[in-house]
Amino acid sequence: MTPLAGFLLVAALLFSIGLAGALTRRNAILVLIGIELMLNAANLNLIAFWRYGPHPEALTGMMFAIFSIAVAAAEAAVGLGLVISIHRHTHTTDLDLMNRMKG
Amino acid sequence: MSLVFYLIAALTVAGGLAAMLLKNTVHCALALTVAFAGLALLYLDLDAQFTGFAQILVYVGAVAILVVFAILLTKGSETPKDGVFSKTWLAGLAVAAAVFAVFAWSILQSVSRLPQAAKVPAVTVQQIGVALIGRYVLPLEIVAVLLTVALIGAVIVAMHEKEGGAQ
Repeated sequence: MTPLAGFLLVAALLFSIGLAGALTRRNAILVLIGIELMLNAANLNLIAFWRYGPHPEALTGMMFAIFSIAVAAAEAAVGLGLVISIHRHTHTTDLDLMNRMKG
Repeated sequence: MSLVFYLIAALTVAGGLAAMLLKNTVHCALALTVAFAGLALLYLDLDAQFTGFAQILVYVGAVAILVVFAILLTKGSETPKDGVFSKTWLAGLAVAAAVFAVFAWSILQSVSRLPQAAKVPAVTVQQIGVALIGRYVLPLEIVAVLLTVALIGAVIVAMHEKEGGAQ
């Protein structure tokens, strides 16, 4: 197995763990954590392809990963703010109990 | 594949699994921090030092703290009595397993076509800075605006509203 395949397999495993968590957990914060894990797995793919790709000196994959980290940080801030706001309305973070869209 | 890689990969995957399986939400956030740190180590193993330290600063430093704050503000650390998993957990697990099966199959099928071990790219932080200010200056500015808008938006969304109108 080549080193790149090893990194890709780890990224695939992390992505699947994050997806499973996002689909099965009831707490909204843990669903966000699962989404963060999926984003991080994608970043690992970008860095691995940058390292083993034909032109690492062009920095394309690394720049993609850096901007992806910045966007993921913004996503985490907005997502957690939304969870806090919803908790103030419904007094729960259980997604199974959030079954109406009326505020 | 070196021993270092296997150790870091095991640490990262174990952190991710614990973050999704533990019952106490605060323990999940701590396990998530371990997974983020393991990913930073994987970036360092890939000779991407700048990205590795950016990962530590942004994820281990900021996002993990943000998650802990959100858990404490929403009393999310109380474990619900009727289980932490949704009623449709079996379907979610099946979807995730199917996705992993497809990924693993496609990676293992294409191993012979993937690029082999390349020489270590000599990239300095100066080169990254020049690229950020030169070729990637437009995305950099857009990310700056996005971060400002997102953080102001997050504060406004999470801000406490008094009865009878927003303050």
